[in-house]
Amino acid sequence: MTLLPGSAPRAAETPQCYIDNSWWCPPYWSDRQELLTDALVQHIWITIASVALGLVLAFPLALLARRFDRLETLVVGGTTIIYTIPSLALFSLLLPATGLSANTVIIGLALYSLTILVRSLLVGLRGVSDDVRESAVGNGYGMSRLLFTIELPLALPVIMAGLRVATVSTVALVTVGSIVSYGGLGNLLLQAVGNQFKAQILAASVLCVLLAIVLDLLLVVVQRMVTPWTRTGASV
Amino acid sequence: MTMMVDAFDYLFDGANWSGSQGIGVFLVQQLLLTVTALGIAVILGLPLALWAGHTGKGGFLAINLSNVGRAVPVFAVLLVLALSDPIGSEQFGPYGRAGLATLIALVLFALPPIITNAYVGIREVDQDIVEASRGMGMSGVGMFRQIELPLAMPVIVAGVRLALVQVWATATIAALVAGPGLGRIITRGFANERTSEVVAGAILVALGALLLEGLAVLVERRLDPLRVARQ
Repeated sequence: MTLLPGSAPRAAETPQCYIDNSWWCPPYWSDRQELLTDALVQHIWITIASVALGLVLAFPLALLARRFDRLETLVVGGTTIIYTIPSLALFSLLLPATGLSANTVIIGLALYSLTILVRSLLVGLRGVSDDVRESAVGNGYGMSRLLFTIELPLALPVIMAGLRVATVSTVALVTVGSIVSYGGLGNLLLQAVGNQFKAQILAASVLCVLLAIVLDLLLVVVQRMVTPWTRTGASV
Repeated sequence: MTMMVDAFDYLFDGANWSGSQGIGVFLVQQLLLTVTALGIAVILGLPLALWAGHTGKGGFLAINLSNVGRAVPVFAVLLVLALSDPIGSEQFGPYGRAGLATLIALVLFALPPIITNAYVGIREVDQDIVEASRGMGMSGVGMFRQIELPLAMPVIVAGVRLALVQVWATATIAALVAGPGLGRIITRGFANERTSEVVAGAILVALGALLLEGLAVLVERRLDPLRVARQ
């Protein structure tokens, strides 16, 4: 590989790893710090927006599916079908409606996260024991108070597990959004397809995996904070 | 809506299907890649995972493999493989440009669901039944073949089905590194700013995925011994 990266800095002394086009090139990380930060920031907000939108859509869908048995097959089956469609195709199918914007990626990824989120919401809510529900109703709890103060908190461990899976896979899938120029770190990867700039490929890939791990750990911490009873070992 | 009409016009125009850059070539490439990669992944992963499930060894790895697989972007893996020295992005037989890199990436992404499901499937067989079969004097091999494998079959096959869909999706992404497969129609449409071509490619890929999933569900039902026995 003798190809020089197209945009190597014109410093008096070009670092050897630029000339060799090596995978590991520490100067790249400092030279392109701004580029990497911008891509990372875009990656993070697209991920958060997608999962948040997915959660907002999944919540009413799961409640409807729980209430009406017939809808459950439709909702669970429908979201599974969406999940089957490859990301590149899904973004492209959304393109005529949403254009070359971040919305294409966010809506597409939100649709994917639906599959996991709706299921974990359903499983979590189903896991609440009928005894608990009955005692709450006996104590005069209304439907919404029952849902928000009893059922959801008890379902939280399962819901959070689903949220973690959805978040981690969304981080990886954002890279495909580079096809509409909103792929966060994926944009750097697509750029590197042309100029074969290995240092950039490695940096973007490593950051992407690190981001998935960090967000996953963050959600674990959040889960531990919002479900203190699961730590004490006391039965609910 | 005119976009959809244009896309179908594109698909129904026979001229777009022929030639070295036609839909036909890319479709064959994608099918070939999918079948080959899934076959390799099953041959490599299934025996290992079944053995691990039977003996109860390597469970931590088998279960966490899927989590790791989810976190790693396909695009990045493809790109790294295509630019790594011995693999490269040369033409690879009938698999097309960057065929070898694509094939390796596909196998890597097919392995986690196959291994995790096979392991979990065997492990979750009712231990009372396993104990009973041991009490009846069944050997390890007999227990595995007559008890564990049939009972775990639905979960194992579900893993292979998941892998199949995953492989098809990944083969599409190969187009991002100018690799083989139907994704090329999409990326070509983007490059030429022809949205109808982009949508046409997306329709093909999506239909292919749904079709494969549907077929896999049918096979899955055939392979579930309990369901077959009931009929």
